[in-house]
Amino acid sequence: MFIVNSPVVETLQVHENIFIQKIHSPEIASIIKPGQFLNVRVSVNSFPLLRRPFSICDVNGENIFLMFNILGEGTKILAKKQKGDLIDILGPLGNGFNLEGEYKNAIIVAGGLGSAPFPLVTRIIKNSKNILSLVGGRSTQDIITYGMQNVQVSTDDGSQGFNGNVVQLLEKHLANIDNKTTKVFACGPNAMLRALKDFCIKNNLDCEVSTESAMACGFGICQGCPIESTTNDDKYLLVCKDGPVFNVKDVVI
Amino acid sequence: MSNIDLSVNIGSLKLRNPIMLASGTVGYGNEISEFSDLNKLGAIVTKSLSLKPRKGNPPQRIVETPAGMLNAIGLANVGVDVFLKEKIPFLKQFDVPLICNIAASSVEEYVECTRNLTSEETIKAFEINVSCPNVKEGGLQFGNDVNAVANVTAKVRAVTNKPLIIKLSPNVSYISEFAKVVKDEGGDAVSAINTLVGTSFNIFTKKPKIFNVNGGLSGPAIKPIALAKVLEISRKVDIPIIGIGGIMNWQDVVEFMIVGASAVQIGTLNFIDPTAPEKIIKQLEDYCIASNVEKLSNLTASYIL
Ligand SMILES: Cc1cc2nc3c(=O)[nH]c(=O)nc-3n(C[C@H](O)[C@H](O)[C@H](O)COP(=O)(O)OP(=O)(O)OC[C@H]3O[C@@H](n4cnc5c(N)ncnc54)[C@H](O)[C@@H]3O)c2cc1C
Ligand SMILES: Cc1cc2nc3c(=O)[nH]c(=O)nc-3n(C[C@H](O)[C@H](O)[C@H](O)COP(=O)(O)O)c2cc1C
Ligand code: FES
Repeated sequence: MFIVNSPVVETLQVHENIFIQKIHSPEIASIIKPGQFLNVRVSVNSFPLLRRPFSICDVNGENIFLMFNILGEGTKILAKKQKGDLIDILGPLGNGFNLEGEYKNAIIVAGGLGSAPFPLVTRIIKNSKNILSLVGGRSTQDIITYGMQNVQVSTDDGSQGFNGNVVQLLEKHLANIDNKTTKVFACGPNAMLRALKDFCIKNNLDCEVSTESAMACGFGICQGCPIESTTNDDKYLLVCKDGPVFNVKDVVI
Repeated sequence: MSNIDLSVNIGSLKLRNPIMLASGTVGYGNEISEFSDLNKLGAIVTKSLSLKPRKGNPPQRIVETPAGMLNAIGLANVGVDVFLKEKIPFLKQFDVPLICNIAASSVEEYVECTRNLTSEETIKAFEINVSCPNVKEGGLQFGNDVNAVANVTAKVRAVTNKPLIIKLSPNVSYISEFAKVVKDEGGDAVSAINTLVGTSFNIFTKKPKIFNVNGGLSGPAIKPIALAKVLEISRKVDIPIIGIGGIMNWQDVVEFMIVGASAVQIGTLNFIDPTAPEKIIKQLEDYCIASNVEKLSNLTASYIL
C-alpha cells in the first residue's frame, strides 16, 4: 500500500459512457491482485475532496487499466485525463478474488459496470479453468464484455441476448453446473448480488462477490464502509479492508 | 540541521512539533504507519474509545459534500479492554506521544474509561470527546451543556494526573463559555473543533444520504468556522488550544496558530493523503527559515486585530 503519481498512457472511450484508462504504473502493476482496487485522487484541490475507488480492470506488463463510467464530477475529471497527465493513486487496496483452488469451471457473473474487475481475472485463469461469463444489464447499452471470454448476455428489456436478469440466466445453466468443480465470481449492483447469493446458497455453489460502499479513506482508518457480517453480530466488516471481495456466505448483502 | 524550534507545550505535555493526527482519522495507528513515520509527528489521538466495544451505525456512514464530508460512524470502536490488550503493544513501538480520546454515554463511563487507561504509561494524555449523547440526561449531547462539560471535566480530572484535554463541540453559540468551565474545573487544554452537525438528502428519493440522517461535517469547508472558534477562545480564556478543522496544508497550520492555537490536529486530510502530515512538518520548518521564525510556538495568538 503506497501512493504513486503515474502517467496516463491513453484514455479510450469504448462505449457511449464507458472509458478504459491505461496508466503506466510499474509499481502497482507488479503487485496488484485481481479484485483489488485503487483509490484515485482526481483533483489536487478540494473539489472533489475525497479519492474515488476503482477496481483494477486489467494489467499488462507495466501498465494498469481502469474501467469507469461518468457518474459525477470525479469520473468526469478522470475521463478528461490525456496521455502524460499524472494520476495520484493510492493502492493496492483490499483483498481480491481467490482464484486458486481445485475448481475446474469458473462462472463470472457481472452486472453493468460490475464487469470492471473481470478482464484481469479472465487473463489469469483462462489457461487453467473453463470460463463461462454471464453479463447482464438493463438494456443493450449497459452490456460491457470488454476483455471477457465465452460471454452470454442478458438484458432486462430483452434488447440483447436473454430477456431477464443475469441470475435468471445463470439459473438456466443449473442443469449443467457441477457444484463440486465450479466457483462463481461476481460483481454488480446489490440487487443482483442479493439474488445471486440466494441462488448460490440454495444450490450449494461456492461464490465470491465484489461489493461496493461509500468510502472516505479506502484503507481502514475512517470506519466509513461497514458491511454486516453473517458470523459476528457485534462488529461490522469493512468493505475496504476485509473486502471488497467476500465469500457470499460471510456477508449480508 | 537548522536551529528552528518546532516544539510546543500543551500544559505539561511537550510535543516535538504541533502536528497531531485527529481522533477518528487514524484508527489506532497501524494503517497510517505504512505511509508515514509516526515518530516524526507531534502526537496521535486514538479513535474515541468507550468502555465496551461499539458496533457503530449501519451504512451509509459517509457522504462527500462541497469541500467537505459528513460522517456518522456512530463511535464504532474496540472498547478500552481490547485497546489495552491488542492495540497498545503496536503503539508502544513508537516514540510518539499517544493521546487517548474517550467517548461515553454517562459521566460515570467517562470516569471509568479514564481510570482503566491512566496507568498505561504509553498513554501521555487524555482527550475527552463531549460530542456524545448523555443517555442518562435524555440524550442531549454533553458538549451542548455547559454544566455537563464542567461536571465531566471535574470528575475525570479527579482520576488522572495526566494532561486532560476537552474536545469542544462547535454546535454552540459561545464556545468560550465551555473553554472557561474546562479551565475552572482543572482541564489542561481544549481541542476545537469537533465536527459540525449537517445533513444531505437525495433529491430523487427524498431520503437522507446517511442512515443516521445527521452527520458531522469536516474538511476544508469548516476551516473558517474553526478559526473563528479558536480566536473566540483565545481572546476570552487563558487556556492552551489545539486547533482542528479543515487543515489541508502548512499555511492552514500557521493560520490556526496565529489565531490562538498552540498545536493543531489534522483529520480528513489523512484520508486523502496520509503522507501529508509529515510533509507539512517539513514545510513548517522551511517556512520558519524563510520567515525568520526561530521558535514556531511564538506564532501562537500572534494575531493583530
Ligand atoms: C471497491 C470499489 C470499486 C469500484 N470500482 C469501480 C470501477 O471499476 N469502475 C467504476 O466506474 N466505478 C467503480 N466504483 C464506483 C466508483 O467509485 C464511483 O463511480 C465513483 O466514486 C463516482 O465518483 P464521481 O465523483 O464521478 O461521482 P459522485 O459525484 O461521487 O457520485 C455520483 C453519484 O453516485 C453515487 N455514488 C458514488 N459512489 C457510490 C458508491 N460507491 N456506492 C453507491 N453510490 C455511489 C453518489 O451518491 C452520487 O449519487 C467502485 C467503488 C468501490 C467502492
Ligand atoms: C470519519 C471521521 C470520524 C471521526 N471520529 C471522531 C471520534 O471518534 N472522536 C472525536 O473526538 N472526533 C472524531 N472526528 C472528528 C475529527 O477528529 C475532527 O475534529 C474533525 O474531523 C475536524 O477536523 P478535519 O476538518 O481536519 O477533519 C471524526 C472525524 C471524521 C471525519
Ligand atoms: S473507507 Fe475508510 S475504513 Fe473503509
